[in-house]
Amino acid sequence: MDILIYGIINSFSLALMAIGFTLVYGICRLPNFAHGALYVITGFVVWWLLNKLHLNYFVAIPLALVLMGLVGAAIYRFVLIRVRGMATSEIIATYALGLAVLEFLRWGGFKGMTYTLPVFIEGSIDIGGVPVDFQRMIVIAIGIVVVTFMWLFTHFNRTGLALRGMAQDEHAAMMLGIDSDWMAVIAMAMGSILAGLSAIALLPLGNIVVEAGYNVLILSIAVCIVGGLGSWVGAILAAFIIGFLQIIAAYIQSHFQMVVALLAIIVTLILRPSGLFGKQKELEERV
Amino acid sequence: MGLVTQERRKERLDRGIKVRTEGIYAVSSWKEVAYLALPRLILIVGLLLLPLLIPSLYWKRVVSIAAIYALLALGFDFLAHFVGLVSLGGALFIGVGGYTAALLNKSLGLSPVFTIPMATIGGAIICTILLLPALPLRGVYFAIVTLMYPLALMRIIEALNIFGGTDGILGVAGFPNRWVEQYLIIFIVIFALFGLRRLVNEDIGLVFRGVKDNDQSVRASGLSITLYKAIAVFIASGLGSLGGAYLAHTYMWSGISQFALDFSVIPIAATVIGGGGTLVGPLLGCFFLVPISEWLRTFGTLRIVFYSVILMAFIMFRSEGVMVYAQRKYHQFQRWVKV
Repeated sequence: MDILIYGIINSFSLALMAIGFTLVYGICRLPNFAHGALYVITGFVVWWLLNKLHLNYFVAIPLALVLMGLVGAAIYRFVLIRVRGMATSEIIATYALGLAVLEFLRWGGFKGMTYTLPVFIEGSIDIGGVPVDFQRMIVIAIGIVVVTFMWLFTHFNRTGLALRGMAQDEHAAMMLGIDSDWMAVIAMAMGSILAGLSAIALLPLGNIVVEAGYNVLILSIAVCIVGGLGSWVGAILAAFIIGFLQIIAAYIQSHFQMVVALLAIIVTLILRPSGLFGKQKELEERV
Repeated sequence: MGLVTQERRKERLDRGIKVRTEGIYAVSSWKEVAYLALPRLILIVGLLLLPLLIPSLYWKRVVSIAAIYALLALGFDFLAHFVGLVSLGGALFIGVGGYTAALLNKSLGLSPVFTIPMATIGGAIICTILLLPALPLRGVYFAIVTLMYPLALMRIIEALNIFGGTDGILGVAGFPNRWVEQYLIIFIVIFALFGLRRLVNEDIGLVFRGVKDNDQSVRASGLSITLYKAIAVFIASGLGSLGGAYLAHTYMWSGISQFALDFSVIPIAATVIGGGGTLVGPLLGCFFLVPISEWLRTFGTLRIVFYSVILMAFIMFRSEGVMVYAQRKYHQFQRWVKV
């Protein structure tokens, strides 16, 4: 029962972390290796708004999310746009950006005391004999809402459809009047907001630490690859597979969570390189 | 009264001496011989004199460390610009090489004469096998997998408490002589540089470039892309493992900090700054960046911020790098011509 309940919670946490990366990389083909850094920044921004500017928690959250959206748009407008189309440079530039932010925070931001965010609602309930606090329930709720919203957005909204069109064939999309730079700005902004949202939902469960940035990036990539690029169903399924495997592995040895993610990627690459449900560009990935 | 603008463009032409020295006429006069040989000689003699010119023992050690980074950077440049594989985890090669050498030395009692070559070959084999799943695929998978391995291996060593756990393996044998230690790595770097330059101009280098630019044509020629990628990864990880083994014997220690981020970031920064695809650029980049890094040691992780920002600035604004620019100036002149 423990495994079942914590597995579900962990899976939704993973899905939340990964959904921004899935949108930006899986759907729009912009490798955003600064994803983990965005996650940590959000935590720091919210902490700063709460404790230095003494804002209300429910004012600070939307403010931080808007800020993250602007940051994401700025990353595309000032960094990615210059190296667009050169896969190597895109990866290195965003990875360097993420590293710079994380290591800067490690140097200047997170020293001495521990930084935590308050939970939304205190308290916990018993489900089948396992105590689950409300924050974890909220994580599940947010996870379900966000995933549903993103699925609807990319399937029934003009902008969402345009994002997918751009990923499938950029030239054809441009011929149909889709401004690919503008779409990419939107994608990056939404990806950053989703990274921020997951940070706000998940960070109250623990401390804000710099290592989380690397972990989130790696777990997001793992979910994205195992699920298959461009497939929401695959991403959710992958989040559940990796989430449950992690909880089971944690019973054996708590350090194995990252190893599970790595093994999941390796096994996927060997058996089914395009992921569980990856249809998009399946042939182009294989040599 | 319209503004009269004349359309002009820059035209680049090879210098006459470059064209002449490409053929057999290279040996026709001292000027031509010097044109070819001087840059190479300056580099070799400069590298060999470097330890003699630096008085302090501490900075001599820094030269050795820079040479280790140079091996990694050569491997990175070779993989990225000749085979098209971006490796974000130089630390994997260093770590595997370092641990292999330390284990061989401690458990079997072999001397560095045997452990360094064995760790080079063994480390290269281990890294190639570890990275094999990502090789048949195109795109970012190789970058992702190389990014994850050092982090994961660090966790595994911590979790299982194997190979000395967080303390690392202490008491690895050192080198018998300080000058052997100093010059061994410099000779290795020079050999690796010129060896790789020769390699990429051989037939196999042509195949490597084919894998990078048009893999379907390589396949159409009946060659296995995965095999050639594996050979390239073997070479690059061998260089890295050699650096790692040397590092373990220099510090007489091997530990999880050999999987640290510095080993992944500095070679990339050095390559981007020095000029990708020139092989000599990354080497010079390392000899420029590593001393700065030592100098900034008091700032802790701010150093990584510093490289990352330099790296981003270069990749965004001057992505060709210093050596590509310098080589162009050396070989070509440019002039304005009317369109």
